[in-house]
Amino acid sequence: MRQKLNPAEIRRLQDISRKIRCSIVTMVKDAAVGHIGGSLSVTDILVALYFNVLKIDPKKPDWEDRDRLVLSKGHGATAIYSVLAERGFFLPEELKTFGILDSKLQVHPDRKKVPGIEASTGALGQGLSVAAGMALAARLNGKAYHTYAILGDGEIQEGQIWEAAMFSAHCKLNNITAVLDYNNVQLMGDVSEIMEIAPVDDKWESFGWEVKKIDGHDMDQVVNALNEAKGYREKPLIIIADTTKGKGVSFMEATCSWHGNAPTDEQYKKAIEELNN
Amino acid sequence: MVAIREAFGKALVQLGETNKDVVVLDADLGSSTKVTYFAEKFPERFFQCGIAEQNMIGVAAGLAASGKIPFAASFAVFVTRRPADQISVSVAYPGLNVKIVGAYTGLFNGKTGASHMAVEDISIIRAIPGITIIDPADAEEMRCAVNACADYYGPIYLRETRDEWPSVFTGGCDFKIGRAIQLADGEDVSIISSGVMTSVSLEASEILAKEGIGARVINMSTIKPIDSEAIIKAAKETGAIVTAENHNIYGGLGSAVAEVLGENQPSPLKMIGIRDVLNEAGTNEELLVKYGMSASHIVEAVREVIKRKSK
Repeated sequence: MRQKLNPAEIRRLQDISRKIRCSIVTMVKDAAVGHIGGSLSVTDILVALYFNVLKIDPKKPDWEDRDRLVLSKGHGATAIYSVLAERGFFLPEELKTFGILDSKLQVHPDRKKVPGIEASTGALGQGLSVAAGMALAARLNGKAYHTYAILGDGEIQEGQIWEAAMFSAHCKLNNITAVLDYNNVQLMGDVSEIMEIAPVDDKWESFGWEVKKIDGHDMDQVVNALNEAKGYREKPLIIIADTTKGKGVSFMEATCSWHGNAPTDEQYKKAIEELNN
Repeated sequence: MVAIREAFGKALVQLGETNKDVVVLDADLGSSTKVTYFAEKFPERFFQCGIAEQNMIGVAAGLAASGKIPFAASFAVFVTRRPADQISVSVAYPGLNVKIVGAYTGLFNGKTGASHMAVEDISIIRAIPGITIIDPADAEEMRCAVNACADYYGPIYLRETRDEWPSVFTGGCDFKIGRAIQLADGEDVSIISSGVMTSVSLEASEILAKEGIGARVINMSTIKPIDSEAIIKAAKETGAIVTAENHNIYGGLGSAVAEVLGENQPSPLKMIGIRDVLNEAGTNEELLVKYGMSASHIVEAVREVIKRKSK
């Protein structure tokens, strides 16, 4: 049996998650643009990665031996920007420029502009291939870094994801981990109604991947699964994280109506209150 | 005469000898694009991606983001049309050092027909900001272009012709990305060409010389960024332009030249190329004639454009 994470560390990460969620809601409120629902669902995964799992140095974002994280679901930009700022990749004041002309914080991440962003994403389906290229380069260069790719659930409706799944298994990339943010809601409705992706675990297993299922909001499970992913294995691994779209704000949870719109003053106040309780 | 694809395959091996960062990706057409030569020599730096071009371009982006110099090759139709989104977002937007090689360009693809004819590859890539486009004229220029690709940091689309075509750079080639090279003198008209149409243009220039018409031939192998200065100079000095390309006249070299002329030096212009039609299989010689791209068609275009020159 694996060891439980130190309760103090779990509390520390949960506190950061709370702060990140407040930042996400504030950014989208101020900019009147962005994707709240999918950013709130992926928050705990990103916090676990950047504050416990990834071997990174915010002062040296181009460090050759760093672990890589590709946010393939690029609409989670407010979440990753908030996390990168909190982790020290750039100043938190920059977050206020989100969605404003000339900001380096575009509504979908731009690798050239933002320290810590590994891939420009936003057109769904592309990040797993890019991550596979990074994992392949690690093998070629004899580097021990690990590459993670975070996929949206609606995103895996794209055919390229399955090309990348086949490729990663064929090349026996045991240094890549995909994380599926399975919140079961996409822009127009429930994933199962728009285009059913289940059974997700069987699909990935049949493509030659190891599959692990976790509760994507249980910080202990999230951190452990992501850390264990670095251990030796023969196949690529996908962590299927059961999450809730809009997690943490009652009226935003599990609904497609908060995929891509901004809260009113009143909704914002209520959201922040709930997140801080 | 050496098949241009052979020159590409061999140049890639030579490059691989000296530059250990060069890696090659294939989508199951290596025996046609000739990346198999690299695969045989450097199997550890060769990645077979299967018939999955979108993933191939993404993997190339990831390798480039990690310091490698990936050459991702397939037929031009498959490596531009299908992964246009991946080229745009994963490669061009972050400006990554990926070299995309599109083989069997334009009409000349070994009788495989319209589904395999890349008549719009330049148009597609040219409309994506930030990608350099090179369409070498012969085997020697291809050899130079492969090396230049590795020396230049940034995304490049390199066009690779399948067959043997007459050499135009018999005494070596001083290739530089973005610089046109004049191959024949003349004061009456300028023929601006790229790819295999340069040898056809030189043939036309010789025919015209016998009629007493001086047709300058300018090899514009870099289609983006285009050598605007060379185009403006040619228009000023000769007063009329004919373009010749192995591609649809919409969006290719002819369009690029027309854009420069229209903004800077409006001049009579005639474009030789595929005139927005779908094509069919045939020998290279047959296709040149059928689709209005032979030397005699260029000669005819020159006569017409000279008549339109202001007296």
